[in-house]
Amino acid sequence: MWNLLQIELFKIFKKPRTYLAFAIIAAFIFLIQLGLYVNGRDWMMFMLGSLGETMNIEYDKLVNGYAVCYFVLNLLLVHVPILVALVAGDVVSGEASMGTLRLLASKPVSRTQIILAKYAAIAVYVFALLLWIAVISLAVSIAVFGRNDLVVAKTTGLQLIESGDVLWRYFCAFGFAFIAMMVVAAISLLLSTLSENSIGPIVATVGIIIVCTLISEMEIPLYQQYIKPYLFTTYMLGWKGFFYIGSTADGETIKGSIQYLPGIVKSLAALLLYIAALVAASVYIFRKKIFYPKIIL
Amino acid sequence: MKTIMLILAGFQFSPITQAQDIQLLVQKVKEKINLVNDYDAKGTMKTNVTFLKVPVAAVNVYFKKPNLLKIKNEKGISFIPKGAVNINMNNVLNSGNYSVLDAGNDKIGNTAVRVVKLLPEADTGDVILSTLYIDAVNQVILKTKTTTRDNGTYELEMSYGKYIAYGLPDKIIFTFNTKDYKMPKGVTFDFDDGTKKRTGGEKLKNQKGKMEISMSSYSINKGIADSVFK
Amino acid sequence: MSTIINVSNLSKQFNEVTAVNDLSFTVHAGDVYGFLGQNGAGKSTTIRMLLTLVKPSTGTIEIFDKNLFTHRNEILQQVGAVIEKPDLYKYLSAYDNLAIFAKMSGMDPGRTLLMEQLRMVGLAERASSKVKTFSQGMKQRLGIAVALVHDPKLIILDEPTNGLDPQGIADMRNLVLHLSREMGKTILVSSHLLSEIELVANRMLIIHKGKKIVEGNVAELLDPSKSLVQIETGNDTDAREKLMQTKWAARLQPDNGCLQLKMNKDEVPLLISDLVSAQVQILSVDPMHSLEDYFLSLTTKPGHVEPVAD
Repeated sequence: MWNLLQIELFKIFKKPRTYLAFAIIAAFIFLIQLGLYVNGRDWMMFMLGSLGETMNIEYDKLVNGYAVCYFVLNLLLVHVPILVALVAGDVVSGEASMGTLRLLASKPVSRTQIILAKYAAIAVYVFALLLWIAVISLAVSIAVFGRNDLVVAKTTGLQLIESGDVLWRYFCAFGFAFIAMMVVAAISLLLSTLSENSIGPIVATVGIIIVCTLISEMEIPLYQQYIKPYLFTTYMLGWKGFFYIGSTADGETIKGSIQYLPGIVKSLAALLLYIAALVAASVYIFRKKIFYPKIIL
Repeated sequence: MKTIMLILAGFQFSPITQAQDIQLLVQKVKEKINLVNDYDAKGTMKTNVTFLKVPVAAVNVYFKKPNLLKIKNEKGISFIPKGAVNINMNNVLNSGNYSVLDAGNDKIGNTAVRVVKLLPEADTGDVILSTLYIDAVNQVILKTKTTTRDNGTYELEMSYGKYIAYGLPDKIIFTFNTKDYKMPKGVTFDFDDGTKKRTGGEKLKNQKGKMEISMSSYSINKGIADSVFK
Repeated sequence: MSTIINVSNLSKQFNEVTAVNDLSFTVHAGDVYGFLGQNGAGKSTTIRMLLTLVKPSTGTIEIFDKNLFTHRNEILQQVGAVIEKPDLYKYLSAYDNLAIFAKMSGMDPGRTLLMEQLRMVGLAERASSKVKTFSQGMKQRLGIAVALVHDPKLIILDEPTNGLDPQGIADMRNLVLHLSREMGKTILVSSHLLSEIELVANRMLIIHKGKKIVEGNVAELLDPSKSLVQIETGNDTDAREKLMQTKWAARLQPDNGCLQLKMNKDEVPLLISDLVSAQVQILSVDPMHSLEDYFLSLTTKPGHVEPVAD
């Protein structure tokens, strides 16, 4: 299995499109950082809105590495699924269109192993992608903007997390984002096993994410009640839960706490369930796949 | 009958005596406060505002005559209410001319206090009216209510300990008006983690916020550079 | 002689289409086994079943005396294949392609061996070039190298000369002969051209519409002296009895409802003369097509060509 994983990784990381994702992310984050470096104060004033009328706010301190990273993640993580799909959607179908898939399937490894090795290789890719995001958005931002308390804006208000209480939340958030992205990867994998070209699964994955996100966010009671609880996109934003800090009755934050841990655990469980189901389906379909001679098709 | 007359006369004249008395009391309080040219106090600040969740912060409070005051969170970030500059009584008592009006007696907790209203003579300033609740025995202000033109009404409650001789409180509770906080639209999706959301109708309009500063130590009249207040 | 492939009663039904119909054949160790049939005859489907790419509807496949479906990985470790066209990673170099498929077959051959393989197919100098820059012939050769990299005992080549120029076809033929003669490999090679098969194969199977037509030694099947002549007489039983008394007895085919003799066409006048002297009433003498003629009839007869491409 380790052998297979190595082969799959080799194939993924020899493909130019793999690095495209890294380049896009670097460019995206750099643009945000540049923007905030120049206009961070204005951005913070905009974010805090009317609060500036009643409070004296040290805007410059608020524009720190942690805040920049939070802002980056808010904007970026919604788009990372596209980059995940770009690679995961191609992993089976790309080989089907090249013809190498049937050669793989005639090798002395089981089809289950092939699919699992492919999924594991995608996991490594997703991990590398998130590590890359973490390094650029967190480490570089901290180096450039420094470290300070993090203010998180929710629709219900603002909360301030002390500088020393932030880093672990990022680690957890990235960990959660990894699981969330692996759901996207599993969708792409499944679609990839069904397709003979790589564009289809990539576009279909992105389409599914867009539609599910829209339904998740629509405040229509029918959707909210009966559909939303079953959509994976409902749980994708769970990483933010790590930045919703617990507080006492009079609004004093409790260091090291999470406001609603069960919500995050539930999201995590839902996402893992999605992964299990989607990967199992992919394995099933690939095992049943018939490599028809052209004559039959 | 004569005695009764005298007593009545006494009652009749008492407002005048009280007025002089109150001027004197304010003067005494002011003198006490004037002993302090500057200070640098260390303490903790607790904020209680509906839409703000912040930790208890370690703060330094810097003051310099005549009216410079700065609350600083050296380690992190704190939101300081705009009227907080008035937590120093110097800023209230030494800010221009005002007329002193006696507003009778009251009680704060178990302590008897004199109630004084200060009306600024100039009507251009931000402050419209200040009400002081003064502990006449210790010659310190326990509570103030200030109505301002731009920053609403705010209240100060103070309790004293070690630094009572300088009229500097150990604990200050600052109550102020807050406006509703609205997050800019389209900035981010909230994660629905299962906690109950505020319903649309319930607005955070003109609510009260509270800030509580507990001082652990004052370093008085050691001199502070102006740059601290920038 | 040990058996390498033993296929019995193999059938594959794709919905309405019966691609392979009750097919049985045997490949022996050391054979270059020609798998001949026109396009769409069921060759590709059969080969795919041998590689577990298509699951048979009925029948059994044994390779190396083991059931293919219960010993799949064990068997496939010893099998190398090029299916229709060489399947390669176009964005990888020739060397990387070879290394990947070697690993897939469970071996780690090291650089020297891989380069040796590339040298054998004449691609050593292009080892680090990406496959997308290769010509069809180069791809085909690399495909062969991929099929051979793990030193399999059985090599399956599906239409290996498709798309090759005459030189490429000659090279491929030489390679097959080299693998068989010098390296002792067993090779199953499919083609729709008899001319190709007869130059390399020692045994062959002809299939048509999924059914076996004939299986046997190439030399015997294609021996022009082994033509059949069918004679229609007034009384076949009587004629058979009379012929049994003559030198033609050895040429008589077993009774299958007609009177047939294995013989060269130029012997026909002699046979007629003998029959006349034996007082047999001759109604017709019909020299039957040779195997080659028969196969050509399958592939060239207008209206007989199947509307499919294999």
